[in-house]
Amino acid sequence: MKQMQLVMYDEDFRKVLVVIQQLARDANAKGVFVVDRNGQLIGEAGEMRGIDTTSLASLTAGCIAATGGLAKIVGEDEFPVHFHQGQRDNLHITLVGGQIILVVVFDERSSLGLVRLRVKKAGALLARVFEDIRKKAERADARGGAGAAAQSPFSEITDEDIDNLFSM
Amino acid sequence: MSFINYSSREINCKIVYYGPGLCGKTTNLQYIYSKTNPELKGKMISLATEAERTLFFDFLPLALGQIRGFRTRFHLYTVPGQVFYDASRKLILKGVDGVVFVADSQVERMEANLESLDNLRVNLTDQGYDLDRIPYVVQYNKRDLPNAAPLDELRRLLNPRGVPDFEACAGVGTGVFETLKAVARGVLKDLKQMNR
Repeated sequence: MKQMQLVMYDEDFRKVLVVIQQLARDANAKGVFVVDRNGQLIGEAGEMRGIDTTSLASLTAGCIAATGGLAKIVGEDEFPVHFHQGQRDNLHITLVGGQIILVVVFDERSSLGLVRLRVKKAGALLARVFEDIRKKAERADARGGAGAAAQSPFSEITDEDIDNLFSM
Repeated sequence: MSFINYSSREINCKIVYYGPGLCGKTTNLQYIYSKTNPELKGKMISLATEAERTLFFDFLPLALGQIRGFRTRFHLYTVPGQVFYDASRKLILKGVDGVVFVADSQVERMEANLESLDNLRVNLTDQGYDLDRIPYVVQYNKRDLPNAAPLDELRRLLNPRGVPDFEACAGVGTGVFETLKAVARGVLKDLKQMNR
């Protein structure tokens, strides 16, 4: 089914940040990333500054999509938890609430058991935040988008705005 | 599905380049990558076989500038064109905001073009989209080859609805940015409609 447009306001974004910053501390993680299923980075926390987060998000979504396809072939709905072990760093990837991907990067300062434990709690909190966002979007949709449109800068885009983008 | 982030004042959109094997989808992205200001582009990722055939997807993030105070980013993807990679193609169409169909102008590739176009329609429907409603442009690539089919014939077979279409030689860049601009324009107009 076609998904709804994801719109994130400051207040929701801050809620996401609080959860992932806490997770980064509790799990002794190097980095925590929240990505949507289409490969857009939503938020990040931890010490991994300067890495290519856009590519990380896109490849994570590709990974989840590919294993989701594999799951269906063997009769599962999804494989919601992935673990990739490296020589120094490891990746723990969890699909939260069917729509959001939580990525934790950790090294020898942490362990798989600790990460799994902390991700479970943080995942439940994130699922709630995104469920609220979804409900909000549905309510706006039910009102014919009237509430959202009143504030949306995109309802006013002109041809000139679009042309200006291409003056590169 | 575009993602609007009011907190970081960013808007992200996903554009997919679709078409038969070896039609030049990856070449389009490579040309865009080579000609874009380094500050505006991210790293281009190609998940390809050793023979440089796309295995899963190519990905190029592109920042075009600001619109109404929002940084506008387009994520460009290609699909693997070979027939047997259909499962991967389906996955890449998830959350798409706009589609470019890259046709191979060579007469002997006409059947492959038609098959790929049918496949695009079916795979979009599976994801809940309708090709007749989504922002969509057609590019007739490889116009410089001696065995290229006449433009009228390509149009009649591949673009009966008359969506924006462009002749191209992606290898040297002809028509590449025109195609990108047209699909980006379609996506932004769609966004405007959605937020009305």
